[in-house]
Amino acid sequence: MRDLMLAWRRRADVLSTLFFFVIVASLFPLGIGPETQLLRSIAPGVVWVAALLASMLSLGRVFQSDEQDGTLEQMLLTPQPLYLVVLGKVLAQWLVSEVPLVLMAPLLGVQFGLASDTLLILFVSLLIGTPILSLIGSIGAALTLGLRGGGVLIALLILPLYIPVLIFGAGAVDASINGVSPQANLYLLGAFLVVSLVFAPWATSAALRISLE
Amino acid sequence: MLLQVTGPNGSGKTSLLRLICGLTTPESGKIKWYGAEIRSLAEEYSRSITYIGHRIAVKEELNSLENLRISSGLAGCELTHDQARQALARVGLTGRESLPARFLSEGQRRRSALARLINCSAVLWILDEVLASLDHAAVTLVESLISEHLSKGGMVIVATHQELQISTGSFHRLELEAPAPGGTGSLGSPS
Repeated sequence: MRDLMLAWRRRADVLSTLFFFVIVASLFPLGIGPETQLLRSIAPGVVWVAALLASMLSLGRVFQSDEQDGTLEQMLLTPQPLYLVVLGKVLAQWLVSEVPLVLMAPLLGVQFGLASDTLLILFVSLLIGTPILSLIGSIGAALTLGLRGGGVLIALLILPLYIPVLIFGAGAVDASINGVSPQANLYLLGAFLVVSLVFAPWATSAALRISLE
Repeated sequence: MLLQVTGPNGSGKTSLLRLICGLTTPESGKIKWYGAEIRSLAEEYSRSITYIGHRIAVKEELNSLENLRISSGLAGCELTHDQARQALARVGLTGRESLPARFLSEGQRRRSALARLINCSAVLWILDEVLASLDHAAVTLVESLISEHLSKGGMVIVATHQELQISTGSFHRLELEAPAPGGTGSLGSPS
């Protein structure tokens, strides 16, 4: 709740993430040219990679300002379990930075000439996939807290972990383009989501405790 | 019981207070709360303490009312709008409740952080350099807050260089030496 309020006060940050996503994904059609067939085949990968990079952009901020003004210390000292506090923060980050991307993605898909049922799959795969990005990313954000040049380090730490999400997320959309059922990919994404929902806040809490020692 | 921790800069006052909070783990030795180690008590211990550190956890974007209600909520006691207003009035921020904290002076920000203590149910207050950048009136306010808390049977650990004018309860002083080699005196379990 508090994070949502703060995010509202800092709207510019949220919008910049969204515009980053839109621009990166739009550069590809502009750069490659108007060949529908080619565009359609690269669309899933491009949109997913753009979403991934955009979410990296907002991740660095998850704990940073709280660490600087001492709120994070207070969070470690609350009577509520740290697991829930972290989960709340990640949820807020997802709502603020990722949901706009998910909503924008079908529009970008149109740019790539995707069919309407494929657009739906793109939307669903991002809807399941982006919380995983937030959850895994929060571990990286907690680990690199207070480090100089943490932004680059976060990318190095987290991007390899994003690979499975990218493969199955883009895979689902790919499958739907080629007329195959995307169910298997989506189920796997769902499984990832459950696993990261259980383990990531726990790992993040541990990382936060270490960062603040 | 009041414990004042004094000592020159770098003597480990903040480190000691953070150890007592459980923010850092001691390299050796144990910190106990009513006979049980604080690590094992975890959230139960968090409920009994409140900590105000150097960084006072006041968000620049939020106003004092929001800051107070959020930080109190985080510390486990929800405040109503009126309670929060009264607490802010007590610390002398009447009329500035809806001003974002970035427009407040350093002293006013510290006052708004202190407002959290007024409705706080924690037994043990751990205050690190709370008197920094406070004016004379605010220092008196802090002293009266501490006195009230002590007279209700609470405990306060405060790290500061300034002399505190407090008459209630028992007053202990712990003087740290710089550079502190090894042990910094023993802190028995408070009773």
